[in-house]
Amino acid sequence: MSTDIGAWAVPVAILGGAIRVSTPFLFVSLGEVLTERSGRINLGLEGTLVFGAMSGYAVAYLSGSAWLGVLAAALAGTLFGLLHGLICSLPKVNDIAVGISLMLLGTGLAFFFGTAFVQPVAPHLPSIPLGWWSDIPQLQAALRVNVLFLIGIVLALLLAWMLKTTRVGLILRVVGDSTDAARAMGLRPNLIRIAATATGGAFAGVGGAYLSLFYPGSWSEGISSGQGLMAVALVIFARWDPIKAFWAALLFGGAGALGPALQSVGIAKGYYLYYAAPYVLTLGVLIATSSPNRATTGAPGELSITK
Amino acid sequence: MTAALHAKTPAPGGALAVETVGMTMRFGGFTALDDVSIRIAPGTLHALLGENGAGKSTLVKCMMGFYHASSGQLMVAGREAPVADPRQAHALGLGMVYQHFTLVPSLTAAENLVISREDAPRVIDWRRETAALEEFMARMPFRVPLGQPVSALAAGEKQKLEILKQLYLGRRFLILDEPTSVLTPDEADEVLGHVKALCSAGEITVLMITHKFREVTAFADDVSVLRRGRLVGQGRVADLSHARMAAMMMGEATLPAPAARHGTPGEVVLAVEGAVAPDRSGLKEISVDDLKVRAGEIVGIAGISGNGQMEFMEMLTGQRALISGGMQVNGTPYHATRGEQRRLAIRTLPEEPLRNACAPRMSVAENIAFRSFDAKGAGGKGAPSSFWLNRRQMRKRGEALVAGFKVRTTSVDAPIAALSGGNVQRAVLARELSGDVDLLIISNPCFGLDFAAVSEIRTRIMAARNAGTAVLLMSEDLDEILELSDRVLVMSEGRIVYEVPAAEADIPTLGSHMGGHHMGGHA
Ligand SMILES: Nc1ncnc2c1ncn2[C@@H]1O[C@H](COP(=O)(O)OP(=O)(O)OP(=O)(O)O)[C@@H](O)[C@H]1O
Ligand SMILES: [Mg+2]
Repeated sequence: MSTDIGAWAVPVAILGGAIRVSTPFLFVSLGEVLTERSGRINLGLEGTLVFGAMSGYAVAYLSGSAWLGVLAAALAGTLFGLLHGLICSLPKVNDIAVGISLMLLGTGLAFFFGTAFVQPVAPHLPSIPLGWWSDIPQLQAALRVNVLFLIGIVLALLLAWMLKTTRVGLILRVVGDSTDAARAMGLRPNLIRIAATATGGAFAGVGGAYLSLFYPGSWSEGISSGQGLMAVALVIFARWDPIKAFWAALLFGGAGALGPALQSVGIAKGYYLYYAAPYVLTLGVLIATSSPNRATTGAPGELSITK
Repeated sequence: MTAALHAKTPAPGGALAVETVGMTMRFGGFTALDDVSIRIAPGTLHALLGENGAGKSTLVKCMMGFYHASSGQLMVAGREAPVADPRQAHALGLGMVYQHFTLVPSLTAAENLVISREDAPRVIDWRRETAALEEFMARMPFRVPLGQPVSALAAGEKQKLEILKQLYLGRRFLILDEPTSVLTPDEADEVLGHVKALCSAGEITVLMITHKFREVTAFADDVSVLRRGRLVGQGRVADLSHARMAAMMMGEATLPAPAARHGTPGEVVLAVEGAVAPDRSGLKEISVDDLKVRAGEIVGIAGISGNGQMEFMEMLTGQRALISGGMQVNGTPYHATRGEQRRLAIRTLPEEPLRNACAPRMSVAENIAFRSFDAKGAGGKGAPSSFWLNRRQMRKRGEALVAGFKVRTTSVDAPIAALSGGNVQRAVLARELSGDVDLLIISNPCFGLDFAAVSEIRTRIMAARNAGTAVLLMSEDLDEILELSDRVLVMSEGRIVYEVPAAEADIPTLGSHMGGHHMGGHA
C-alpha cells in the first residue's frame, strides 16, 4: 500500500536516502578528523573502508552475528591505521604516498579474500523505526534509522567534546598543530599520531561494515563508490570539526540520494546525471570554501598539505 | 580553587641550585658548546651573555633535555640529575621560555596554559579553569587575552604568555632565552622586576639569556659569558662594568662607529592613502589614512606590540589584502607583488623572519637567493629574468653575504632553521640590505641581535638612508626609533595617532600616545 504524498515524495526520499547514504561518510570523516587533527593525513581510508566491508561481512556470515562483523571491521581498520601510523613515523616518509599505497593494498586484499563471500548472505544490522508516529508509509520508511547512524551522531558529539574539554583532546590538537611545542611539553608526537591514525582506521572500518551489512547490504567488489576518498575532502570542507563533519556527511548523503529519489517518483530522464551529484558537490564545495587570502582556517599546522 | 601556581609549587625548597659540569655539545663535526661549567646559586638571577651563535641557546637546551649533550652533566640541588627529555627536566622543577615560540598556534591562550600543566585534568571544567586563570592573571604584572588563539597574538603578547605560562606552572628554576627582545623597555622592566622579586623571595632561580647590558646591570646578580662555545668569563654583576662585559663577549673585535646622518629627504617614495584592512581578529580594522616616506628619510613607527604594526607590515608585504584605499610607490599604484618589488627595488623585513621571510628547511644559500634566484646577475633593478637556476652563483653569493654579514653557520648548505635566532635575522638582513634598495620596510630589525650586530645593522640602515633609500621602520624599541628616525609616528589601536619630527620628540609624550587605552591595563 502506498499513500500519495505528491511532490513531498522527493524530499522525504532524499531525507531517508541522506541518512542511509551518509553513514559511511560520517564514520570515515570522523576517523579522518581524528587522524588529521594529530597532524597526519590518511588517504588510505578508502582501502580501509573496502577491507572493513569485506571482513565485516565475512565475520558476520561465519559467526551469524552482524555486530561481531562490525567489531571485526573495526579491528581490521585499526590494523590498517596502525600500519599507516607506524610507516609514517619513519623519518622522511610522506604520509600521502603511504596513504595511496595502503588504499590500493586494502582494496586489493579485500578483493582477494572476498571472492568466497560474494554469494553467501550475512545477517543485517538492525534499524529503529523512528517514524512510528506517522501513518505515511514513505515517511516511515525514510525514518527507519539504522543504529550505526545514531552511534555516529553520538561519536561526533563525543569527539567534539573530547577535542574541547579533555586532556587527550587538547594533546591531540597540540601534536597536530606544532611538533616543536609538543616536544617542548615532553609529549611524544609520533606515539600520539600512531594512536590517532589507528583509531581513525577503526572508524573507517566500521563505515565499511555499514556498507556490506546494512546498505546496500551485501559484499561485492563495487561496494564503495569512492566514499573513503570523498570523506577526506569532506573533512577539509568541515574545517576539521566533528559536528560540521556530521552536517557535511548528511549533505553529501543527500546529494547521493538525489538520483534514486528522483527515480523513485518516476523521473527517468537524465537521472544518471543526478548520480554524479556527490562528486559535483565535492568539487563545488571545495571551490566555494577556498580563499585566496587566508590559509584554510582551522587546518592543523603539522598537516603536510598545509606546511 | 586557588590557581595552579600554589598547587604546583612544591612546599619544601623553593628556589633550586643548578649547575652544569663540563657540558659539551657537538653537531656533527661542529662543536657548539665546549666544556662549559656554570653554577647558578639558588634564588639568584644569573645572566648568560654571548654574541650571536655563541652557544647560549644550545647550553640551555642541553640543560632542559631538549638536546642530549655529547658529554657533561647537570646537577640539580647538588645532586646529579640526568635529563633525557624535557619531561624529566619539568619533573625536577626546571622550566624554559624558548627563543622561538613554543606555544601552540591554534589553541587559545587559556588552552595553552591548561594543557601545559603536568596535572591537567582528564576532563577540563572550563568554567572553573577560566575563573582560576582570571584570578592568576590578576596577580600578574601583565596580562594576555585568554580567549584568543595564540596565532592571533603579536610577538610581544606571545612572549608575555610564554613567561606567564612558566609562572603558572610554578617552576622553581626558570630559563629565559631573550625574554625581553619583543617587549618595550617599560614592559621589560615590569616583567624582569617581577621575576627578580620572585628570585629575591627565594621562590625561583633564573638563568636569563640576554643581549641587553642594561637589564644585566639592573636585575642580574651574576653573569657568565660564552664565546664560540667556551665559557670565557664569569663574575658578580656588581663588580663588572658594561665595557668589561662587552670585552669578554667580543674578544679582540671592535665596534663600528655609529653612522652620521647626512643629506635631506627628497621625493615621496611610499605613499599610503586611506588603506584599510581587517586586523588579525577580523573584528576591527587597521586604517592608515595618510603616510608618506621620502627618499633619504627614515620614518619610524613606534607603538606597543599588538596595536596593528604586525597587520600594517602584512599589508605592506602583500600578506594581507586591503579592503579599501591604496598604496603608491614613486607615484604608481603598488600591490606588493614580487615583480613590483623587484622593479621598484623594494625590500622588506617582517617580524619573526624565520616564519614570515624564510623557507625554514631550505638552505641558507637558497634563502639568501629568494630575491634573485630567477634573475640574471645579482638580480638588481631591471635585471632580465632567467629560466635556469645558477646554483654555483647562488652559493657564491650566499657565501659572500654570509661572510659580509657575519652569519654564523656551519655551511651555506645548512637549513636556515638550524641557525641561531640572531643568525636567521642576519641572513635575512643580508638578503634584504644588499643591492640597490629604493624603499626599505623593516620591522624590529635588531630583534635578538647582540650589541655588536645591533650597531652594525643600524649603521647599515643609516647608510642606506644617506644613500637615498626611503626607510619605513617599525620597532617596539623606542631607543632604536629615536636613534634612527627623521620623523616619528605613533601607532595605537590600528591607527597612526601622532607624528613628530625626531628632533622634537620627547619620550613621555610618545609614551602617552603609545599607551592609549593600554595605560589602564597595566598594574
Ligand atoms: N640543531 C643544530 N644543528 C646544527 N647546528 C646547530 C644546531 N643548533 C645550533 N647549531 C649551531 O650552534 C651554534 C650555537 O647556536 P645557538 O643557538 O646556541 O647560539 P646562541 O648563542 O643562542 O645565539 P643567538 O644569540 O643568535 O640566539 C650556531 O653556530 C648554530 O648554527
Ligand atoms: Mg639563541
